[in-house]
Formats: sequence, structure tokens, C-alpha cells
Amino acid sequence: MRAALRRVWAIARKEGVQIVRDPSSILIGFVLPVFLTLLSGYATNLDLEGVPLGVVLEDSSPEARSLAAAFAASRSFSVRLGHDRRQMQGELTTGGLRGVVVIPRTFTRDLARADAQAPFQILVDGAEPNTATFVQNYARGIWLTWMTLRAREAGEGFAPPVVLAPRTWFNQDLRSLNSLLPGGIAINLTLIGALLTALVVAREWERGTMEAMLATPVTGLEMLVGKLAPYFLLGMVALGICLALTLGVFGVPFRGSAGALVAVSAVFLLSALGLGLFISTVARSQFVAAQVAILSAFLPAYFLSGYVFEIAGMPWPVRLLTHAISARYYVSALKTLFLAGDAWAQLLPNMVGMAAIAAVLLGLTLWRSARRIG
Amino acid sequence: MSAPRVAPEPRPAAPLVEVAGLVKTFAKAGPPALDGVSAHVAPGVVTGLVGPDGAGKTTLIRILAGLLDRDAGQARVLGCDPGREAPAVHARLGYMPQKFGLYEDLTVGENLRLYADVRGLPAAERPAVFARLLGFTGLEAFTGRLAGRLSGGMKQKLGLACAMIRRPELLLLDEPSVGVDPISRRELWRMVRELAGQGIGVVWSTSYLDEAEACDQVLLLSQGRQLFFGPPGALTALVAGRSLALRGIAAGRRAVLRRALGQPGVADGVIQGRSVRLVLARDAGPPDLDALRAGPGATLEPVAPRFEDAFVDALGGGPGGVSPLAEAMRPRDPAPGSAVEARDLTKRFGAFTAASEVSFSIRRGEVFGLLGPNGAGKSTIFKMMCGLLRPTSGQALVDGLNLEKASGRARARIGYMAQKFSLYGTLSVRQNLEFFAGVYGLGREARRRAVAGMVETFALGPYLGASADALPLGFKQRLALACAVMHEPPVLFLDEPTSGVDPITRREFWTHINGMVERGVTVMVTTHFMDEAEYCDRIVLVYRGRIIASGSPDDLKDGVRGPELPDPSMEDAFVALIGRDGSGREAA
Repeated sequence: MRAALRRVWAIARKEGVQIVRDPSSILIGFVLPVFLTLLSGYATNLDLEGVPLGVVLEDSSPEARSLAAAFAASRSFSVRLGHDRRQMQGELTTGGLRGVVVIPRTFTRDLARADAQAPFQILVDGAEPNTATFVQNYARGIWLTWMTLRAREAGEGFAPPVVLAPRTWFNQDLRSLNSLLPGGIAINLTLIGALLTALVVAREWERGTMEAMLATPVTGLEMLVGKLAPYFLLGMVALGICLALTLGVFGVPFRGSAGALVAVSAVFLLSALGLGLFISTVARSQFVAAQVAILSAFLPAYFLSGYVFEIAGMPWPVRLLTHAISARYYVSALKTLFLAGDAWAQLLPNMVGMAAIAAVLLGLTLWRSARRIG
Repeated sequence: MSAPRVAPEPRPAAPLVEVAGLVKTFAKAGPPALDGVSAHVAPGVVTGLVGPDGAGKTTLIRILAGLLDRDAGQARVLGCDPGREAPAVHARLGYMPQKFGLYEDLTVGENLRLYADVRGLPAAERPAVFARLLGFTGLEAFTGRLAGRLSGGMKQKLGLACAMIRRPELLLLDEPSVGVDPISRRELWRMVRELAGQGIGVVWSTSYLDEAEACDQVLLLSQGRQLFFGPPGALTALVAGRSLALRGIAAGRRAVLRRALGQPGVADGVIQGRSVRLVLARDAGPPDLDALRAGPGATLEPVAPRFEDAFVDALGGGPGGVSPLAEAMRPRDPAPGSAVEARDLTKRFGAFTAASEVSFSIRRGEVFGLLGPNGAGKSTIFKMMCGLLRPTSGQALVDGLNLEKASGRARARIGYMAQKFSLYGTLSVRQNLEFFAGVYGLGREARRRAVAGMVETFALGPYLGASADALPLGFKQRLALACAVMHEPPVLFLDEPTSGVDPITRREFWTHINGMVERGVTVMVTTHFMDEAEYCDRIVLVYRGRIIASGSPDDLKDGVRGPELPDPSMEDAFVALIGRDGSGREAA
């Protein structure tokens, strides 16, 4: 037993020295987390600000100008005023504007009529459906607000037929980053974990060192544990970096405890490193292993983890498939930890799912590397 | 080549290795990689494992090392079944795989320590063991150097030291001398002999037949079948009286060799300096001297057989002497003047001078050899000649064109075959050919014709769709050569083109080279095989960045002839010339 531990320690120390001397490990462990977190923080923000919107004032009455001012005052839009709808429509076609609000000559007249029809027109760019919906809804919101204020000023009650009093739980200010970035950590760590280990076994096969090791008393399990340990530590460092940026740079609130986060992440990391080791053991070539790692770790994690795309909205076979993706459980657990807190009833099932995947991957790796060349 | 010939030999009491009727098949439908191998290794005996590429040498070593399961047959290694009791075998075995099994990003000391750790060498014994192994391998001064920064010879010694860390009872070495210079090979050989003297059994697979000849016993495999097992002398005796030297050749020894190999009774032939060495087929009479057109003074004399003669004979003789590749090339006029010239080439890397004022000139239609120990500066010179490395001072010229100034035009005249086949392993054979034709700027029609021509002359047809990585070694080599010569370059640069290649494939390779040289192509080659150096018209010997000797192979051999070396081989000349220039050890 002591001899076995010494061998594990020897392998782990060797891997440690190799990590320190290999710039690619440092790059993957320290630089990639920074890059990926900043990227997901800035690029996947679903809250829009300053969407270019054209406002065509064909009516120049004070009411029309007041409505245009209401649009211009919104942070959501960056408004360009004009008087010719043809020119604005041209810009909508070229993509310079995401939407055009046309306040027609008939605006003041229609406003005075009692029916609730909005007396102006909203044109949106349907090629970007998300943005189009956004523009439509926000423009409608501004219109409603403007009407309410106007009615109040006039001393009339403007009562919408139903009053909604939304109360959001967990992500109260409905900042999409608050729920996206915790999920992003899972995606980034999937890629980092798989890339870290995808190369290490393949490299030993390519350089012929694996064969030399196999002819020593080192067992497959000792090799596996010895390789896993240093990369596990490096993966935890990468997690720390992702976390620090998410909390520090993007100001995402964290409501769970550090202990729970470490526990959940440790289980997840085992599955991510296990995937890399498995790929590496099967591929036996660094080039192939790196490609497979990116494709098989990153893409499923991105699409099937519920990070951006709601799992509930997927057809059942795909929904079933998501259960095989370790990131799915981690995304869910991280969202819980960040937005709700240590809800163990939610965390534990996720940890069991990740542990099962880790066990399968590491078991397969052990089985495939079982002291044989063939 | 039917039943294995086993020479009778007294059997020691407890053999370390005993295998009988060993069979191993990889692909279910394919031919077996090992087919009925029976042999034994006693303590203190060095067993040479020889055979062409794909013979099953590595497969056998891996089975003995407990890394691969056998399909049938008996195997006992150190009294255990290597398949079922692998851990027991591993504890008492030293194994050095191809490429030495070293971690290149660890230092010499870290590699030793790792192997000491995994093999459980007690801490108390370490200082003494490390000191002994480092002294034994001459690596004391390099413990802090990364293994990847060692020369080939030093890597090989470190690999041996790692395999020896717990004084194994059996040492398995898989091709330890690939890519290693003759001096390092001799040193390794001395070390292994010393270990055998201490009672360790050694299995040594090699494609160097002079090494095999020096073993106590050899096991000759071909396509998995055992052709011979016994003392090397017993195999050599089978060709007794069939080895001849054709001396006094007036001119055109390459053409003479080609004609000789075309004669029905000639099984094998190689060029040895000014002479041609021939091996006759069994029961064949000597060839017709007139038909060889070797000149009036030519004589055929019987010479002592070598192990290599018997090896090639046992494998059914060497390839023919005609190169379809050369036949398809248009002959060039042997214009006077030099095709390649180096003028005071000097290359410094910081304070280190890798090449110092190297000058030579190669005539058209000449085979020019660049020899030297690992790390002597051969590759540096070679790269400057190819225009891949900018000289610190001096000039490299091809057909009078400076490789720095007119690099494009100069390089178009060069065919370059790099060490370790620079093919695209994931591309198919056809894609490789088309890619290289494109790189050399052949037009659509010329490209089509060149590819079709190469496919025909090298019989690549059945492999066209296969990826280059999947090719048998012999075909990889043909493909690499085809890619280098597709644009019919007047000058061919070959950088260790036959490293790790078996003797039969090397003969075929030289048949092509000789054929092209006869058509007026100029060849510059580096090699660690001293028998290949014999094919050269002229050789320069590079050591510590300088040319220390030059001349024909016979000139160099004559230069070291003396009472101690009455009949020096090319390797003797190499070792002696390097030794004269100073202690060869340090750079080796």
C-alpha cells in the first residue's frame, strides 16, 4: 500500500513538473479561464442597451415631439430623429437601424379619439427575431408609460384593463448576466477540464513513455490517480479565476456558501477531467484528442446544458440526452448556488448525476488503459 | 525458408525466457504478426532479434514484456507467464521501448528519480545506484539537462540507465540504436556486454546487422515466421563460399552492380567503395565477368561471408538492380562544374558555433556523403544547404544559384527528403503526391503525368486511397522518395533517409538512388549506416562543426589502415578519425 502511494506520488509529481514546464498547460489553466469568462460576460449578455432606433416625426405637434422625447430618454434605445420614413426604411434594410417608429401626420388626431388603438407604427427587423421582439415590447412599454403620464398630467385616470404587479424570485433585477454567467462557468470549466487532460495520455503514447511506464510496477489505477490529482488542482485554480471575474468584474451576486461551491465543483471537475482522460486514452494522438475534446466537451455542454437554451423547451429525446451531459447538472447547481443559496435538495441530485458520469468515464478510462498495448 | 532452422546448442539449466510456438494475430482476417516462434534466452546471453520491418520484432518484445497477450503458444519469462503474471514480470524486468521511453521535459536526474520511484528503489540505495548508473553511462555532467536536449546517443544511454535502475534479471531493448551514430552505438554495445557479463539476459532488436553478428545468438524473423534461431556464425556458415568481391572495376561501379544484380545466380550485391560485393544464390556459379562489363582489370575474388550476406540470402535475396524510377527519368548531360557548393559556411547560435567555415563542392552526377556523430553539425550544414537556415557567414550554392538570394529558383532544383518522412500522415497517398506536385509548381497536365508516373513506378496503385500513416514502412519510404523527386530535380538532398529502415528496404532505396545518379542526378546524403557511406563517391566527415576528413570511402579506410586495423571497415575509419580529432566521447 505504501509502495502504491509512493508510485502515485511519483506520477503526480512528474505531471506537476511537466505542467510547470509546459506552456500549454499554463495557457489552458490560467489564461483560458480569463479569456472565456470575459468572452461569456461581454458577448452573451442578453440585455440590450442602446439599440439603434429611428423615430420618424411626420407630425410636429407638441404631443408627437413629447413621445419622440420619451423614446430618446430610454436607455434601451439610441434614437435617431428624422422626418422622412423612406430614408429610415432604407437604413432598416441595411441593418443600420433595428427598428423604426413612425409617428404619422394623423397622430394628434388619432390620439384625441377615444379608442385604444396606438396611433403610430413600429417597423422592426425580423432577421433578428430576438431583437425584433425586444424593440417591439420596449416600444410598447414606452408608449404605455407615456400615455399614463400624459393622462395623469391631464388629470384623467388612464386605467389599463388588467394591472400586472410582477414579482420575480431569485434574480430580482432580471439581469440576464446573473443567470448566464454561473452557467458560463460550467461551460468554460468543461472545456478547460477536458483540454487539460485530453493531451496528457495521448502525449505519453506518442512519445513512447506510456509503453515504458506500463512495463514497470505502476498499475493502471495508480497512473490514473497520479495523473488526475495535479490537473484537479489546476482545474480548481481555473474555477477560482472564473469565479473571481464573475463576482468581481460582472458583479453577479453569490448567495451560496464556499463549501457547497467547492463540493459541487469538485464532483463536476472529476467528470470533466475524466472526459479528457478518456478521449486521450482512446485517441492516443494529441492532435486528434484536442479536436475531439473541443467537439465532444464544448458543443454538447453549450447546447444541452440549459446554459442558454431551456431544456424544458427541447423535444423529449433531446431532453433525455441532456442527462448524459455533466455540464447540465453543474449549470443547474451553479444557478442555484448563485441565485438561491445552498439548497441541498436541489444540489444533491445534481451532484449524484455528475458523480455517476465521472465514475463511468474514469471507469472506462481505467478499463481501456488496463496495462495493455493492443 | 520453410521450417525454422535451429542450430543445436547446449541448454543452460534455467532460461530467463522460454517461448514455444508463439502466435499473435492483430487483425482477425489478416496474417499473423507472429507465427510459431520458439526460442530461449539464458542468463548472461545477448540475443539479437533481427528481421525486416513488419517481421514481428516489436510484437515479440512486447509479449515478453507482458504488454501484449499472445494468441497461442507457451511463454515463460523469469519463471512466470507474461500474460497472466505481468506484474511479477515487470518487477524484475528492464525494458527500453523504441524512442527510449524518456520524458523529454524532465531532466536527466528527474527521469532517473521517476523510474526509481515507480520501481520502488529504497531511498538509502539511491545515491549509490544513481552514481553507478551515471558513471556507467557517462552522464554525470548532465543530470540537470532536460532529456529532450540530449543528443541521440545520450538519450539512448539515459534510456538504458532508467531500464537498469533496479538491476533487472532480463533486459529487453527495442531498436536502441536507431538514429544513433557509430561511436554511441559502440559504447552502448560495450555497456550491454558488461551487463551480460554480470549474468543479465539481454534481448536486443536491431536493424544493424553488424550488431546482430556480435550477439551470442540471433533470432531471425520475417513476416512473423522464424527463419533462424542460433548462433550468428551458424547462419553465416550457410553462405560460406558464396561471397565474392568484384575488384579492379574500371568505371561505373553503379552500372556494374545493376548488371550483376540482373544475373540469374546473384542473390545480393552492394557497393563497397571502389568494389562491388556479391552474394551468389545457393548452388549458383559465379557470374559471367564479361557480361558485367567491369573493365579489363576486374577480378572476382572470394571473401569471408558476413552475417548480412546470410541475412539477405535467408530472406530470399535482395531487390533487383533496376530502378523503374530512374528508368522513367530523362537523362541529364553530365555538364562539367559543380552542382552544389558550400563556401566557408559558418553558423553560430549565440556563443555556440554549430558549423565553422565548411567548404566543399559536389560534381554533377556524384553521390556525396555528409557523415559525423550526433550533434556534430551535420543537420545544421544540411539545413543551410537547403536554404532552411540562414548562414552566419559564407554561401550555399546550387547550380551556381545562391540559396539566400535566389532561394526560390535554387530550391526548385532541389529534391529534399527529410529525416522521418515528411509526409502528411492523414492525407492519402494520392493527396500527398498531388500536394507535393502542386508545391513544386507543376502545371495541371504535368502534375497528372507526374503523379501517374510515380504511382506506376513505385507500384503505389493498391494504396492510393490509404492514408500515408497506414502504409507499411517500405511503401512510406517509396512515397517520400516519390514526393521528393516528382519534379525531376537535378539535385537530391537526403537527410538520414533510411533511419530505422530494414536492410532490404535500404537496398531498394539505394537501387533508386544509383539509378538516378546514373541519369546525371547529384545526391547529397547523411546517414548513420556506414555500409551506406560505401555507396558514396566522396565523403566529408564533420565533427564539432568542422570538416575533419574528406575523400572517397576507400581513401578514408586507407587513411586509418595500420597494424591494429589491417582491414578497416568504414565504421572503423569513422571511429578512428573521430578519435584522432579528440575524445569522441563528449560529443557522442
